[in-house]
Amino acid sequence: MSATIIRNGRLIDPANNRDEIADLVIVDGRIAEKSEIRNPKSEIDEIDAGNLIVCPGLIDMHVHLREPGFAHKETIESGARAAAAGGFTTIVCMPNTSPVPDNPSTIAWIKDRAAEAACVNVLPTGAISRNLAGEELAPIGSLAQAGVVAITDDGHCIQNHEVMRRAVEYARMVGLPLLDHCQDYNLAGNGVVNEGYWSTLLGLPGWPAASEEAIVMRNILLAELCDHHIHCQHLSTAGSVRLLREARARGVKISGEVCPHHVALTDEAIQNFDTNYKVNPPLRARTDVDALLEGIADGTLSILCSDHAPHATFEKEVEFDAAPFGIIGLETELGLFLDLLVHKHGKIDILRLIEMYTVEPARLLRINAGTLSIGAPADVTVIDPNLEWTVRVDKFESASRNSPFDGWKLKGRAVRTIVEGKTVWKL
Amino acid sequence: MTTRWTRKDLLGLRELSADEINFVLETTDAFKQVGTREIKKVPALRGKTLVNFFVEPSTRTRTSFELAAFRLSADVINLSATASSLTKGETLKDTARNLEALHADILVLRHSSAGAPQFLANRLRASVINAGDGAHEHPTQALLDLYTIREKREKIGGLHVAIIGDILFSRVARSNIFGLVKLGARVTLVGPSTLVPREFEKLGVEVSHKIEDVLPQADVVNLLRIQHERQRREYFPGLGEYIRLFGLTKERAKLLKPDCLIMHPGPINRGVEIDSEVADGLQSVILDQVTNGLAVRMAVLYLCGGIST
Repeated sequence: MSATIIRNGRLIDPANNRDEIADLVIVDGRIAEKSEIRNPKSEIDEIDAGNLIVCPGLIDMHVHLREPGFAHKETIESGARAAAAGGFTTIVCMPNTSPVPDNPSTIAWIKDRAAEAACVNVLPTGAISRNLAGEELAPIGSLAQAGVVAITDDGHCIQNHEVMRRAVEYARMVGLPLLDHCQDYNLAGNGVVNEGYWSTLLGLPGWPAASEEAIVMRNILLAELCDHHIHCQHLSTAGSVRLLREARARGVKISGEVCPHHVALTDEAIQNFDTNYKVNPPLRARTDVDALLEGIADGTLSILCSDHAPHATFEKEVEFDAAPFGIIGLETELGLFLDLLVHKHGKIDILRLIEMYTVEPARLLRINAGTLSIGAPADVTVIDPNLEWTVRVDKFESASRNSPFDGWKLKGRAVRTIVEGKTVWKL
Repeated sequence: MTTRWTRKDLLGLRELSADEINFVLETTDAFKQVGTREIKKVPALRGKTLVNFFVEPSTRTRTSFELAAFRLSADVINLSATASSLTKGETLKDTARNLEALHADILVLRHSSAGAPQFLANRLRASVINAGDGAHEHPTQALLDLYTIREKREKIGGLHVAIIGDILFSRVARSNIFGLVKLGARVTLVGPSTLVPREFEKLGVEVSHKIEDVLPQADVVNLLRIQHERQRREYFPGLGEYIRLFGLTKERAKLLKPDCLIMHPGPINRGVEIDSEVADGLQSVILDQVTNGLAVRMAVLYLCGGIST
């Protein structure tokens, strides 16, 4: 029997409405009562968490692990290490790999590989459409049986509303939520940056806010039509927040997530053509950033995530319009959100931040995670909310380096990550 | 080298101060005079190697840079995208680093991607001169336009310049806007609303969709080429309608002030953005622009080439 006591931490467990100074007991990989410990005192592993926050292991439900197919960008093993270093015990990986997980055997491969190599929980998603082509449905029922937690064509967006409608209806039958990357291809055209002042000034093709908002609107209509949940990924515009707020108030089964780069940066950052700022959807205007912050504050945007999108340096070191979209985020997102949302802007308190990283994604994905209830898997994140640190991309666990936040000074970060009772990373 | 010029690269006019722009124009005066001599060559860049690296095709600009380099006694290599290893999958960065390994001193880059010259300038010791990048900037074209206006009208500040045509996709328009606004000109952009979005007003210029309103007020009209080789049916319905609404026809040219200059960066589509007779008329300075382009490029190569030493 193994036993651990994390002592004197501020224990925040939104699932159980707990926020108090207390000890947390782990026995055999599960959260336990103190009375369950049978070990002699010398065999109990003690961790001092004085002045630290002890919370359920954080969940990032939007991560690209690049395997199978693109191991030169990231592997399940390196991505999981990056997650652990960022304070995440569970990550949900996206299906734009090669082969595409639009079949049970690729899902099985990902799960096997994760069991073998990943130090955190890796939960796969399946494709909505075959080969992410947006034309025919993938075998969604078989994918559900193979253990996916959601279906998504992330990186792509089904343009045919009829195909999407049938996917939503079908997914409802098997109980899987849909995650949608909201981009109308015609409106976005060959856009590489937000359409606005900076695209006009720099002569770069613009990707207008309306391209995202048109699909958010479509998803609201289909969620209503089919009475099933659609989750809008990486929302970036004021209009998306407004649409979502109105729809949620009416009880529509729709939700949205936000990434740190969309609130930490505006499109002004692209002015030197640095491709580390090239991301999809693009960095938006100040008014969009302000609307996202309000959407986080009032609960319209309920989930925080990274859209961790690794690319090799040689792939990013090219002409701006030729570079791939994407920013890595697993090792900076908690620090950025703590710093911006809690410390700088005071938009939410730390309890809500933890809730947005635990209870909210766990409820959406219907997974047994994100809680410190007795008997739950002992996935725990220990956070120092006041630790001041500097982002150093050369120290990242990720196999890639495409972050625009190198050198940023942030306040707050994870200092220890525990998966099923075992410390998989500590500062 | 003078403290009035400290840049190894010329990437665009947005980054230049009014003083720097004026200094290039003053330097151009000296080089323009060289072109009128019997021996049209000075030893300013003797022993230096210039690479004309044109990833996007161009005849006019490349020839102008090549001749400018010859007149400054530099050694010149011309490299096109098809002749380079880019077609074999080599990255722009690797191609440029290979050129630098051969001790190229000045790289003149034409590229279809906005920002490509800055990308190389950040990574190379050699001077990088932007000869047009995507829809971003074409600084030497704007400088020669400014020089031509200054030569003909003896000033730029206070003049009203109309830029007419496909502004959205035009690097010539953007560089002209940056330069003209800095030197105190009033700028009006004219064209269909799809090609001249209102967003441009934030750059300190006016936007009009009615050419007849603008022509009588203008001191200079700069006509941009309408690119009908690339079909842009989403942006305007066709050339016929474009001519009807925005073409500088003989009739419309009568609205111009007698001393209004007519400019065009070339190549001209006669009968599209400009009527043939207007292009060849007394107000046209289109060929002066070509002559001045050579002198401007000599000045730019001389100034930047001097810094990279």
